[in-house]
Amino acid sequence: MIQIRDLHKYFGKLHVLKGIDLDVDKGEVLSVIGASGSGKSTLLYCINGLEPIQQGAVEVDGTDVHAKSTDINKLRQKLGMVFQQWNSFPHLTALENVALAPKLVKGKTKAEAREIAAKQLAHVGLGEKVDVYPSALSGGQQQRLAIARALAMEPEYMLFDEATSALDPELVGEVLETMRMLAEEGMTMICVTHEMGFARDVSDRVAYFHQGVMEEIGPPAQIFGDAQSEHTQKFLANVR
Amino acid sequence: MFDYNFHWRPVMKSLPDLLEAALLTLQVAVLAMALGIVIGLALALIRLHMRGPLLWLASSWVELARNTPALFQLFFFGFGLGAFGLHLSPYMIVLVGLTFNCAGYLAENFRGGFQAVPDTQLRASRSLGMTAWQAYTRIVIPQVLRIVYHPITNQMVWAVLMSSLGMLVGFRELSGETQFFASRTFRIFEYFAVTAVIYYVIVKLILLGSRLLATRLFRY
Repeated sequence: MIQIRDLHKYFGKLHVLKGIDLDVDKGEVLSVIGASGSGKSTLLYCINGLEPIQQGAVEVDGTDVHAKSTDINKLRQKLGMVFQQWNSFPHLTALENVALAPKLVKGKTKAEAREIAAKQLAHVGLGEKVDVYPSALSGGQQQRLAIARALAMEPEYMLFDEATSALDPELVGEVLETMRMLAEEGMTMICVTHEMGFARDVSDRVAYFHQGVMEEIGPPAQIFGDAQSEHTQKFLANVR
Repeated sequence: MFDYNFHWRPVMKSLPDLLEAALLTLQVAVLAMALGIVIGLALALIRLHMRGPLLWLASSWVELARNTPALFQLFFFGFGLGAFGLHLSPYMIVLVGLTFNCAGYLAENFRGGFQAVPDTQLRASRSLGMTAWQAYTRIVIPQVLRIVYHPITNQMVWAVLMSSLGMLVGFRELSGETQFFASRTFRIFEYFAVTAVIYYVIVKLILLGSRLLATRLFRY
């Protein structure tokens, strides 16, 4: 379970997150929507400790992410992350991209790591691309590679930071399909997204962020059908 | 109008000595580059990530190495330190001087290389649970090495050619040896012509080797 309490985040003087309280249960799929600059991506970075926070707390399964005593590298094994700019490692083949972290971080043998990697690549539909370098993959394939790479660490949570925003329109579908598959397998997911269809169909809850504040959270039917906040209504009217 | 007769025999007789000196040239250049790469990498990382006296030291190193003649740098490690009672052998003067110079130039190449690898590569690595050290050694530096590979080759060629300055501090590498024989026989043109060919061949071989290595190293 991820518990966020009164989370404040500043970039210099800029107050990006203004007191977020949020619980995400095991097995839940949460979509986070909102305009650019509303703090939703920053929220993900605060959850896996890639960004320090200035006030409040984030706990993952009872472990304080930002405590000095926390072994953050160990904790991050639980938290897979997929980025907007998929960030595949260009100097490694698809298989090596996926096998590297299990070997380095989890201490798997080379053979074990390669086996895990082959399994995860097949899982996301890249079984044919094992020995290919990322430069020879399409954006959608590279993003699925990034998903496989995160899954190879056997995370308990997956954080998706606008995983489809940088893709050509015709490539969005294959990545959303992979995310949908993970959701059906019971993965706990927090998806920052601009894909309203995905948010509506796949998530258990949808959160709307506005200028660093979580304005509204609830089941998709409520957010998309009966939004309480004026900002939410306006945002949804514009994206549809 | 042209009454100079070429005499190649003395040059051919001392060719084994010249080739031996050429090996010395290559040795000192390779060593200086190996040290220069390690130090240059360290200087670049200091300049990118540190503050305080270390940053000042690294910046001064890079500035002095790049903004003064290489010959003066050799003179400093030879006669300059000599004036303070620290006498290096001619071999050490050239090795230290070349290392100092190469490290300075390579530091700037590395700095550009690090800036060309997006920060997000580091973030993605850390998000997988890698330590900063693992992320740097396995993800960032391999990519930097590809970016600076050709500049490094260039610097290697430069180190070979620059080592000829060694003859001015009494080092009998290829140029020093050539000068030694040339002044004994007065066949100055012949000696330096042959030596120029030897330098040319060495550099050609380095470039060829570098290209072959590149196809093995960089398959992406």
